[in-house]
This record gives sequence, structure tokens and C-alpha cells, in this order.
Amino acid sequence: MLTLWTVFRKELLENLRDRRTLFSALVFGPLLGPLLFGVMVSRIVAENTGAARQRVALTVVHGERAPDLLAYLTAAGARLRRAPFGARAARAAVVRGGAGVVLIVPRDYPRRFARSEPARVLLVADSADNATRGDAARAGALLQSYASSIAQRRLQVRGVDPLIAAPVTIDSIDVASASARAVSVIGLMTYFVLFAVLMGGLYFAIDATAGERERGSLEPLLMVPIARGALVGGKILATCAAMATSLAICLAAFLGVLHTLSLERLGMRSDFGPLMALEFFAICLPFVPLGAALMTFVASFTRSYREAQSYVAAVLLVPTLPIAFASIYSLRASPAWMFVPSLSQHLLMTNLLERRPIGAIDVLVSAASSLLVALVLFVFTERQWRRESMLG
Amino acid sequence: MIEARGLAKRFGAIDAVREVSFVAGDGRITGLLGPNGAGKSTSLRLICGVLAPDRGAARIDGIDVAGAASAARARLGALPHSAGLYGHLTGRENIAYFGALHRIPAPRITREIDRWRERLDMTDFLDRPAKSYSQGQRVKVALVRALVHQPRNLVLDEPTNGLDVMAIRALRGVLEELRTEGRCILFSSHVMQEVSALSDRIVIIGGGRVLADDTPAALRVRSGTTTLEEAFLRILADGEREDEAPDGGGAAARC
Ligand SMILES: Nc1ncnc2c1ncn2[C@@H]1O[C@H](COP(=O)(O)OP(=O)(O)O)[C@@H](O)[C@H]1O
Ligand SMILES: [Mg+2]
Repeated sequence: MLTLWTVFRKELLENLRDRRTLFSALVFGPLLGPLLFGVMVSRIVAENTGAARQRVALTVVHGERAPDLLAYLTAAGARLRRAPFGARAARAAVVRGGAGVVLIVPRDYPRRFARSEPARVLLVADSADNATRGDAARAGALLQSYASSIAQRRLQVRGVDPLIAAPVTIDSIDVASASARAVSVIGLMTYFVLFAVLMGGLYFAIDATAGERERGSLEPLLMVPIARGALVGGKILATCAAMATSLAICLAAFLGVLHTLSLERLGMRSDFGPLMALEFFAICLPFVPLGAALMTFVASFTRSYREAQSYVAAVLLVPTLPIAFASIYSLRASPAWMFVPSLSQHLLMTNLLERRPIGAIDVLVSAASSLLVALVLFVFTERQWRRESMLG
Repeated sequence: MIEARGLAKRFGAIDAVREVSFVAGDGRITGLLGPNGAGKSTSLRLICGVLAPDRGAARIDGIDVAGAASAARARLGALPHSAGLYGHLTGRENIAYFGALHRIPAPRITREIDRWRERLDMTDFLDRPAKSYSQGQRVKVALVRALVHQPRNLVLDEPTNGLDVMAIRALRGVLEELRTEGRCILFSSHVMQEVSALSDRIVIIGGGRVLADDTPAALRVRSGTTTLEEAFLRILADGEREDEAPDGGGAAARC
């Protein structure tokens, strides 16, 4: 125990003085994910809310003939502009461009409207003009909804249930944009969290193994009468400390990023608050020793810093595989998946984000299986450190 | 006291050590002399227990290295060929880390460091990060690191490599001081002059075998030469001839 603590303290002290290690554990590892996430989400938010805010622009000719219609359009958010030209010149103005979509209220409109006869309005638009095509479609839809609201009013006045005139109502919900993208973004967030865990310990693990060998400090170290388990354990523990710190920083950064982004507008819940951050931390904590043991194990077989970097960087991909698998097959949290480390953490975090309940058993199984794999990796690493091939 | 009894070690097709037996006594400096590739480093690693011998055994103060590795290692200080330091730690921290691993109380570590700091002229650099050290400074710190638990036995693999004259002289002074304290010192070198200047006893090793094991004076007399250098060359040549002979039973048995 004492040896473990001595090794742990020395590894921490040494790495705290190494700018590159510190940068990867405290800055690059934990912050890369939240920053990328922030950029991606704010772009999606901008796209979606930009479209919603775009109001219909209409140039109206003889609007004074239909005050009720104008009031309706204004209430529906249309931007109305009085035309500087008459009905005759409207067509030419649209062809010239610049007039946008033009609404003409003919002379007989008030009379026909008052008699409940079909009252005609004219919508002049250039369908080849990309800039105003959306306006024309939205204006058409607005006029249609005005017409049906008038129809219902008239039926009601005549004692007929207005619902008879609405045999089918259509509510169109655009799932393609916001919510679909929100789901894939959530997948990214859980991946970034697991990535921060591994990245935080990357250089700790390399330095404690391949670095020790490359420096030439490994041989004198192995001549000291200490249990290899305590030596390897202290090194893995130091990597764990770096990873847990990186995890905490990453979650704090996500708190900040999600606070500044307006996810509600995307249909995403942004109730990722301090409490959920703590829950994330608890869910991911058992993954920390697994990641640390895995990286130390892999790095123990490498001869040099450079070699270790390329092998251990491959370990960074480990959490992506189950997450990619989960999104391809749309996996939901189920007891069986809780035995798969990284996948279980991903599913549990996703459930929390989507406000679906998670079972205590699931959390326990996820933690226990991760810790078990960590233990197995520790045993293998310790065995490797007892072999004389360790000296290289 | 360090004893090697019939040590042998093979790496794949290479017989690094075929048959190495000798005794390095207390209060003496024993020099392991041999050309590059003779098997010096491998022999020392077998003695320190970081390699396991295919045959034979090594004992430290009578304790079998393979059987009771921890007890044997606790009585041994080692300066291996690659005696690297942790660059981000100071020399003092490097030494203290090994002292703590040996479970030496902090005040005793400090006392030991202070003793060698003056003796080896380390005051200037001891509290600087080790990455800025020269080769000589590195070896000094690595030497104190090997001595911090006050071992009765000290093993040094080519300690003078890359050192300037001043540093070599300082190292020699330390080894002589340790000898007068009654400790057992075993060091290797491929430089004949160094070994002859320091050693009370010389073990000449070639092709993984002990070719001669005697005092410097006796070696001169036995090979019928006036200088040690000639003696060394003749003994090596004899060793090679025996290795080539079909029934080359080994010069070690004869010594
Ligand atoms: N770990 C090893 N793997 C393979 N061969 C080795 C290893 N260590 C030493 N050797 C070989 O064993 C022989 C003796 O090496 P060594 O003991 O280092 O000699 P010396 O220290 O006398 O120069 C050399 O041929 C060397 O290449
Ligand atoms: Mg050597």
C-alpha cells in the first residue's frame, strides 16, 4: 500500500511538471469535445431558428379593400408593404424583380366578401425566383388558412358545426431537421465524454511505461525490491486521477456550453444541469480504471514513446466502436448491453439526456462489468511487468 | 558478498553467458573486465535478479537471488548500464523516490543525500530538474540513488562510460571510501587501465565465460607478461582458442 502511494505520488508530481502531459489531461482532452459540440450545435440552432424567423414579405395592392385580411396576415407575422404601383403595373414589377410577392385585392372584393360569394384575390409571384419562392408558398398557405377560418366563422353563424367543414386536418411536423439532428448530437456528447476520459490519461499512461523504458529508468526501478503489482497499480492509479480530472473538467465545460446554447429551440431538452453532470460523472467513473488499465497494458508492450503514442492512440477509438454500433442499430438500454463497457455508459447517459428512467441494477451492472474488465487488464499488465522481456 | 555459480543465459540463438562463476568479497573492489559483447551486462543483470538464469544461481550475502528476490535486492545497490533519471524531477527527488521505494524514512534519506552531496560536489545541480544534467551529473545522481538505502553490496555496469577525468576521479574516490566501509563492490568495464587502477581482484570474461580470476599482480605473473594489457590480450586469445576447440571444456574450470 505504501509503495502504491509512493509510486502514485511520484507519477503525479512528474506529470504535473510536464507541460505536454498537463495540457492533454487538463485542456485538450476534456475541452476538445465540448468545444466541437458547441460549434456543431450552435450551427444547427442557427439554421433552424433562422428559417423560423424568416417572415413572409408581401407587397399589397389596394389593401384598404380587405382590412380583415390584412389584420389576419399581420397577426400571422407577415411583413406587409404598400405597393407603390397599381394593379396593372404589378405583373411588370414582379417580372422586373425587387417587388417580391405581390397581393392584389380587386375592386369587387369587398362586395363579394360581404355577400359571402367567392371573393378573389391575386397572388403574383415568380416561381423561378429562388429568393421569393418560399414567400409565395407561405403566403399561399396563409391565405388558405384565412379562407378556411372565414368559412368556419360563416358556418358557425349559420348554426352548423364548423368541424364538418374540416374533414381532415393536417399538422405537419418537420422531423428531418431539428430532432433528428439532435439525436445524433446527443450521441456525440456521450462519445466526447468518454473520449475526454481516455485522452486525459493518454500521456500519463505512456510516460509511466514506454517513457520509463526510453529514459532508462526502468531497469534501476525493476531492481528495487517492490511488488510489481504495487508498481503497476500506482502507475494505473495516477492515470486514473488524470482521467477523472479530465472527466470532471469535460462535464463542467459541457454545462457551460449547453447553458449558452438554446437547445429548446431544437426540440432538445437542455436540462443537463449540475445534477445530471454529477450523474454522468458517477456513470463514467467505473470506466476510468478500465481506460487507465487498458492504456497502461497496451503501452507496456511498446519500446518507445513514439511507438506507444501510435498504439495507445488506437485505444482512443475503443469507445467509438460500441457507440457507432449503438446508433447504427438504434440500441436502447437493455440489461444485456450493460455488460459491455463504454456501450453501457453511452446508453445510460443517453437515457438520462432523453429523460428516460434508468434502473439501479443497470447502473450497477455497468459499473461492475467495467471494473471487472479493469481488474483483468491490471492482472495481465502486472504479469507483463514481471516478465524479463519487460526490460527490452 | 556476491557469488555467481555457473550462471548461463541464452537469448534465442545467442549464448550471452555460458558459464560464469566468481566471488566478489566484502571490503574489496572486484572488476569485471571484458570486451564488448563478452556478457558483462548480462552477468550483472543475472546477479541483480532482473533476468532469470537458464542455469546456475547468484547469491547476495548468501541469499539466493531467484529464491528470495526481495531480501537479496534490499542488500544490493545497482547502477545499471542505462541509469536514466526522471527529467522533470530534481536530482534530490529522483534519489528520494528510490529511497521511499526502499522504505527508508525521510530523515535518513536526507542524511544520505547530504553525505554524498558534499562528497560528490553535487550542491550546484541537486535541486535542479534532471533533464538539464550533463552525463557526469547524471551518473553522480544515479550513484547516490543506488546508495540511498545503504546497501552492503554495490553493482555498477560500466560506470565510467562518458565521464570526464574529474568525474572518474570522484567516482573512484567514492568506491574506495565504500571499500573501507567494508562493502562489496562489483563493477564492469571494457577499459583495462580503469580496472587495473581500481580493482583488488579482476575477473576477465570473454565469450560468456570467465577466462581468469585473480589479483592484478598474479594475472601478470601467470600469463608471463610484464604489463597487464598484454596479459589481458593473451588471456582473451587463449579463451577464443579454447572455444573453437571441439572439447573446449572451458577456461573457467582451470582458473
Ligand atoms: N536482451 C537481449 N536480447 C538478445 N540478445 C542480448 C540481450 N542482451 C544481451 N544480448 C547479447 O548477448 C551478448 C552479451 O551482451 P552483454 O552482456 O550486453 O555484453 P557486454 O555487456 O559485455 O558488452 C551480446 O551478443 C548481446 O548482443
Ligand atoms: Mg554491457
